Amino acid sequence: MDQVLRIFWGFLSTVLFGGLLGTGLAIASRKLKVEKDETVEALEGAFPGLNCGACGYAGCGSYAEAVAAGTDEDLTKCKPGGADTLEQVGSIMGVEVDTNAARMVARVHCIGGSEEAVRSFNYQGISDCTAATVLFNGDKACKYGCLGLGSCAGVCPVNAISKTDNGLVVVDQDLCISCGKCVDICPTGVMRMIPESADFIVACNSRDKGKDTKANCKVGCIGCRICEKKFPDAGYKVEDNLSFLSYDSKDPGRAEAAAKCPAKCIIPNKVKAEEASNAG
Amino acid sequence: MSYFAILITYVFISNLILAQFLGLCPFIGVSKNVESAVGMGFAVTFVMSIASLVTWALYHFILLPLGLTYLQTIVFILTIASLVQLVEMVVQKYSPVLYKALGIYLPLITTNCAVMGIALINIQSGYNVLESFTAGIAAGIGFLLAIVLMSAIRVQMETEKVPRFLKGAPIAFISGGLMAMAFMAFDKALLNNLVG
Repeated sequence: MDQVLRIFWGFLSTVLFGGLLGTGLAIASRKLKVEKDETVEALEGAFPGLNCGACGYAGCGSYAEAVAAGTDEDLTKCKPGGADTLEQVGSIMGVEVDTNAARMVARVHCIGGSEEAVRSFNYQGISDCTAATVLFNGDKACKYGCLGLGSCAGVCPVNAISKTDNGLVVVDQDLCISCGKCVDICPTGVMRMIPESADFIVACNSRDKGKDTKANCKVGCIGCRICEKKFPDAGYKVEDNLSFLSYDSKDPGRAEAAAKCPAKCIIPNKVKAEEASNAG
Repeated sequence: MSYFAILITYVFISNLILAQFLGLCPFIGVSKNVESAVGMGFAVTFVMSIASLVTWALYHFILLPLGLTYLQTIVFILTIASLVQLVEMVVQKYSPVLYKALGIYLPLITTNCAVMGIALINIQSGYNVLESFTAGIAAGIGFLLAIVLMSAIRVQMETEKVPRFLKGAPIAFISGGLMAMAFMAFDKALLNNLVG
């Protein structure tokens, strides 16, 4: 009985003591509350709160502080928030903000899946593109292509990237918040940002000479310049044996150029939602 | 024991990290660069000295008279955790500058076993209040010394070629172990030579 009482007293005094400390802390937290700057709080509410770091700050909080303190005058750094956030930030700070800045999305510039692209060896290491790149620039014969191991999917804060069945990855552009993390981590540079409004893309990243590209992949850009020469106004420009498309102007010639492309690597940009969700 | 002897004991001979292996999580976790190691070291010194005082008072004025000394471990945990929370609030309210320097480290110390360790050691060694306080400060300085040395080593190691399987925490533990062996040079004989 003595032992039981001892346990009881021990229990009771610990509970009392803990309760006392807890109450004390609760009162203290009320009394010692630090008033946050109203502007900062309003700004934090306007930002998406993803803490993705696209603005270059540690998180939404630190960007809000910098904006409120006036140390950062660029109010358009929050890409994930889109036009809504920009509008809110503008009204909080009392400044006109250009909300029409084109939303950028990430896109894999490669369609050389397991059937189209030649593999030089069978990679069986860990599922990480950087690890694969260390081994002879990856298992693809083309060292510029998408390795499809999904390092980008791993860093995407909103899970917009998924692997496909044919050894590539695909970005769901509706979910993409343009934070650019996938672009940073991609070892081959095949992930690039394009305007969401882009109608066509040159889905290849190979800087190899035309002959080599052709040997490595059925759908690689061979730098033949047909798109550039036949449709000079469409915005195609071939550099380093690779055609780049500039989106400054809209020109119907792009569709015809896509049809004329011998490698068939100029494709419509829009990834259909169901295609993205079926993948992987 | 003289205060000087206590100081030497907890900074070098019974260094909490390198001789007693307490508080290893911040030792490995916050020692990636010198700046944060210094911040962490001072925060720990600060908390240890206050915690030594408070737990000494708690033990001698409450637990001992009430015959509840068997509860000391759990009560000390509660006290230290709430104390750190309270200190964090006070610092945030009255000294934003100090809060910027120490604030982010304070919550990490709430459940640090080194702080708990020095509180229990004080009781076990039968120190009086000033001796406890000195031991708290000394243990904090010992922690500061160890973590700053460690961070300097780790900064240096960033540029070295470390085998991939040893990168990060493994090599940090190995160098920590080597440093602990070096600290074995400080033993009781040193203390006897110094204070006679």
